[in-house]
Amino acid sequence: MEVELKEMLDDLQSLRQSLSDPSLHASVDKLQSRVDHLIHLAKSVPVRRTKVKDMSAEVVDSNPYSRLMALQRMGIVENYERIREFSVAIVGIGGVGSVAAEMLTRCGIGRLLLYDYDKVELANMNRLFFRPEQVGMTKTDAAVQTLSDINPDVVLESYTLNITTVQGFETFMSSLKNKTFCPIKEGSGVDLVLSCVDNYEARMVVNQACNELNQTWMESGVSEDAVSGHIQLLIPGETACFACAPPLVVASGVDERTLKREGVCAASLPTTMGVVAGLLVQNTLKFLLKFGHVSPYLGYSSLKDYFPTMAMKPNPQCSNAACLERQKEYILAKPARDAAEKAKMEAEAAAVAADVPLHDDNEWNISVLDDSEMESTGATSSGITADALPDGLTRELPIADDFQKPPTSGATDNAINDLEELRRQLEALNAD
Amino acid sequence: MEGWDPNTKSTLTQIPLLTTKAGPRDGASWTQRLKEEYRALIAYTQMNKSKDNDWFRISAANPEGTRWTGKCWYVHNLLKYEFDLQFDIPVTYPATAPELELPELDGKTQKMYRGGKICLTVHFKPLWAKNCPRFGIAHALCLGLAPWLAAEIPILVDSGMIKHKDDATTSNES
Repeated sequence: MEVELKEMLDDLQSLRQSLSDPSLHASVDKLQSRVDHLIHLAKSVPVRRTKVKDMSAEVVDSNPYSRLMALQRMGIVENYERIREFSVAIVGIGGVGSVAAEMLTRCGIGRLLLYDYDKVELANMNRLFFRPEQVGMTKTDAAVQTLSDINPDVVLESYTLNITTVQGFETFMSSLKNKTFCPIKEGSGVDLVLSCVDNYEARMVVNQACNELNQTWMESGVSEDAVSGHIQLLIPGETACFACAPPLVVASGVDERTLKREGVCAASLPTTMGVVAGLLVQNTLKFLLKFGHVSPYLGYSSLKDYFPTMAMKPNPQCSNAACLERQKEYILAKPARDAAEKAKMEAEAAAVAADVPLHDDNEWNISVLDDSEMESTGATSSGITADALPDGLTRELPIADDFQKPPTSGATDNAINDLEELRRQLEALNAD
Repeated sequence: MEGWDPNTKSTLTQIPLLTTKAGPRDGASWTQRLKEEYRALIAYTQMNKSKDNDWFRISAANPEGTRWTGKCWYVHNLLKYEFDLQFDIPVTYPATAPELELPELDGKTQKMYRGGKICLTVHFKPLWAKNCPRFGIAHALCLGLAPWLAAEIPILVDSGMIKHKDDATTSNES
């Protein structure tokens, strides 16, 4: 377009010179200035950048990755470019998920899988990412539109479906298993699943899929009152799964007449959502690129700016069968894990031993023991598992019984036991 | 259960409880669970009819029994208001309850999620979670949908959000 305009300008110039009547010069000048203005406008029209083959660390204005590659020079990340090998699945493209997707896109993640069944609404505009002109589009389509503009290097896959239905779940599982992006990768086809959904049912579904696939995932959430949130790392078998510690179930005795009409509309703030998305993607980057400490759980309470962290062990009585299987596998793999740990310690110790001792003489034979060392020697000498308490301590509550097995059905089987017959009976009742 | 009216309570105790903890992906155990669902639904429907309190029709919309469709109705000021009822059995069933949908009321009340899913969070979900796997579809209708209709329909009618079908036709004709 620019070339065309330039030619037009030249034509106008030659026309001006060939004109004998000077009274027409003014209008030709006017035309020329208009074309000049058009050339200026054409320059500011957004141009999609082309794909980049390799991430460069070169510090120039035109390099989209110079600031990210600088993480290597600063000694934070060993090999930043590895990020292009990773696939991350984001379930729920709402206030947290869409922002997390944008952050990962700007970081140059290899592939993003996006799942949502909802559409963009004007009511979403108090949060980040989506724009008013995208109202009516599916959230996945709108996200792909924006993200592919921001960074065409990222491979984007969008799935407009509800993962809690049987059919949606099958598609969800097979998309996570698909390994065409990185065939040499072990396990599933993605490196991490991020759950950014807003309800318990969908979280339980992500939990189910990840337990079955032995897939590490991170959960995120923002409270209904919009002033607190959390992120949590879930490694099947190693840490608590989402079903291990069910939410506090309080049977709230409500009379149907007292049901309040406050509506189900939850509050939301772009700030809290942005903070939680930031915490989630920071933890994701640390996990994928192996730097710093990956938080097992990080809470955010904005009213007091309190950030609690904690770790949760899996529940041996978890109601999720796949979780129990992963727990068994994790325990079986303990010797291998211990050996790896020991080898690492020895390598570190060898490096330390090369240094000169801190004190030349030790008149009183003082030695320093690590707390964890004492613990582990104590545990192995008595040969009891970690459940055992030290001498002098007793448990306040009795040890829990085995998880109650469902009573074997057989008593009820005397009744009609044919599905078709039962279906017909219900239909007969329905027909009245 | 304290706080529930004695009528609902006594009805609930008469719906057979379920025993098999199985979801739609569990093969033969799901078939077993489905039979128990049918038994509970048959007992509940019979009970409603005998008490002259018949208020819903529901049947499986596919052979696997993972999608259910039907009708439910509520009588307010001697007028009957009827709505389509539908829901899917979630893959994590029975750990999570089915999300009951009244698509015709979508967008008409705040107490509803997108697609006409009625809000069950406060009055029903905790009860369901505590009673897993003993509660089934019949219990969800009795403790989830019935109280929702009782609380919402009178307000929707009084505020003019929904009209009785006779009123709607007469106003169209005039």
